[in-house]
Amino acid sequence: MSVVAGCDVGSLATKAVIMDKRRIVASVIIRSGPRPAESAQKAMDQVLSESGLLSGDISYCVGTGYGREKIPFVNESLSEISCHGKGAMFLVPSTRSVIDIGGQDCKVIKLDAKGNLVKFITNDKCASGTGRFLDVMAKVMNIPVSELGDLSLTSREPITLASMCTVWAQADVIKNINARRPAQDICAGINTAMANRVSMLANAMSLENDICMTGGVAKNKGVVHALARLMGKRIKDIRQVDPQLVGAVGAALFAHEKAGKTKEARS
Amino acid sequence: MISAGCDIGSTTAKAVILDQQTVLASAVIPARLDPVISAKEVMDLCLQKAGLSMDRLEKIVGTGYGQQQIPFVTRCESEITCHARGAFFHNPGTRMIIDIGGQDSKVIKLDDTGKVVQYSYNDKCAAGTGRFLEIMAEALGVSLEDMGEIGLTCREKLSISNQCVIFAETEVVSLVNEEKDVSDILNALFRAMAHRVSSQARTLFIENDVLMTGGVAKNVGVFQALGQSLGVTIKTPQGLDPQSNGALGAALLAQES
Repeated sequence: MSVVAGCDVGSLATKAVIMDKRRIVASVIIRSGPRPAESAQKAMDQVLSESGLLSGDISYCVGTGYGREKIPFVNESLSEISCHGKGAMFLVPSTRSVIDIGGQDCKVIKLDAKGNLVKFITNDKCASGTGRFLDVMAKVMNIPVSELGDLSLTSREPITLASMCTVWAQADVIKNINARRPAQDICAGINTAMANRVSMLANAMSLENDICMTGGVAKNKGVVHALARLMGKRIKDIRQVDPQLVGAVGAALFAHEKAGKTKEARS
Repeated sequence: MISAGCDIGSTTAKAVILDQQTVLASAVIPARLDPVISAKEVMDLCLQKAGLSMDRLEKIVGTGYGQQQIPFVTRCESEITCHARGAFFHNPGTRMIIDIGGQDSKVIKLDDTGKVVQYSYNDKCAAGTGRFLEIMAEALGVSLEDMGEIGLTCREKLSISNQCVIFAETEVVSLVNEEKDVSDILNALFRAMAHRVSSQARTLFIENDVLMTGGVAKNVGVFQALGQSLGVTIKTPQGLDPQSNGALGAALLAQES
């Protein structure tokens, strides 16, 4: 049996994917707890029960993400950069760049035509331009972070946030709430500020077209549209799976390659 | 001649009244939402302290974030110019001013005549500003006034690795959950803040005679940590609230023109 798994333990969410011959069999996204090992185990248990498989059925498992060194059951762990590149190329084969925005960081990855890593840049120093920025703003707006995107699409007069810093932008959002600006206009301003910060990082990499967005923030259409507009580039949708799963899919694809090699070596 | 300086900051409003080169009174109040009201209130308080009425003030110079909205000023001057003038008046040896306000941080380099040579200004990022301390005081349930003293004693040397206020706050929350001592956490926060400000100062090459002003200069924990981080002795203004330095400079500039 050639069933493999990928497990991506992020700062806020843990993702697990099971693949059979490069086909996704089951996937799960859960909230990360304080201990990466426990989060990984929980996600793996859930994805196994969803697929009706047992842990013994998994021939190879690759771990990735912020907590990858602490996952007890993996055969090997690989960087998020490699896994997001791999996953994005598989899901959108024309991909040349990946913008991955997670809960506490943002990565811009440049690939060649074969999917090999050319270069990358990361921001994990500043909360602005990461999922955390949207979390803080959604909390102030008193709406679920998942609604920030759709709500902003109906805006006719988006507000402009004066600062990109999460702390200052938060104060600015409160001011706009108190001034009774419509929620959709504030949300649009939040998404644009977020996109502004990310585009600063991306512009340093001089990206080509065919950008693929991964990570939780890729589900926010407001940010995706604003980013495409600000960068003047095409951003491709991932339709087959939740974009938050791309890292875990990449990990499973590496697992698939490794499992094949292990089998060859044995025979 | 009697003159006044009025400095409307983001968090506090300051006023100083001078007779020639003698300070008659100074006042500091928390800023109101409307800068016009802040300016009127702080000036009224300062006049009351000096026992004077508004019509006795011949010239008034305004400065700070809300300077354009002060109704009664003769003219306005930049915060940089005012801080430099104030520092050179009471500490003529000053070659560098580090001013940390509620929402910004400034590093100003002076020559031996008190002229501004170079400066660096941060209002883009909340790290390294007074807001950093406000948020941490709230997270730890200590008062802004007392936190400096509390953080002076350090039994266990902790470290805060993030500069970003948002990420540092998360670190603080996990240290609290690990049942670490509040004074040890504060001590680590002061070192983190000092590190941030001293990196800003280093872009201008640090001089020996450093004067610290602004509201954060009243926090003895940050003050000490900054001295250690810079590796030089730093001072605060003598006989003057460090928050009033900009208003003093404004009042001096009003005397001079």
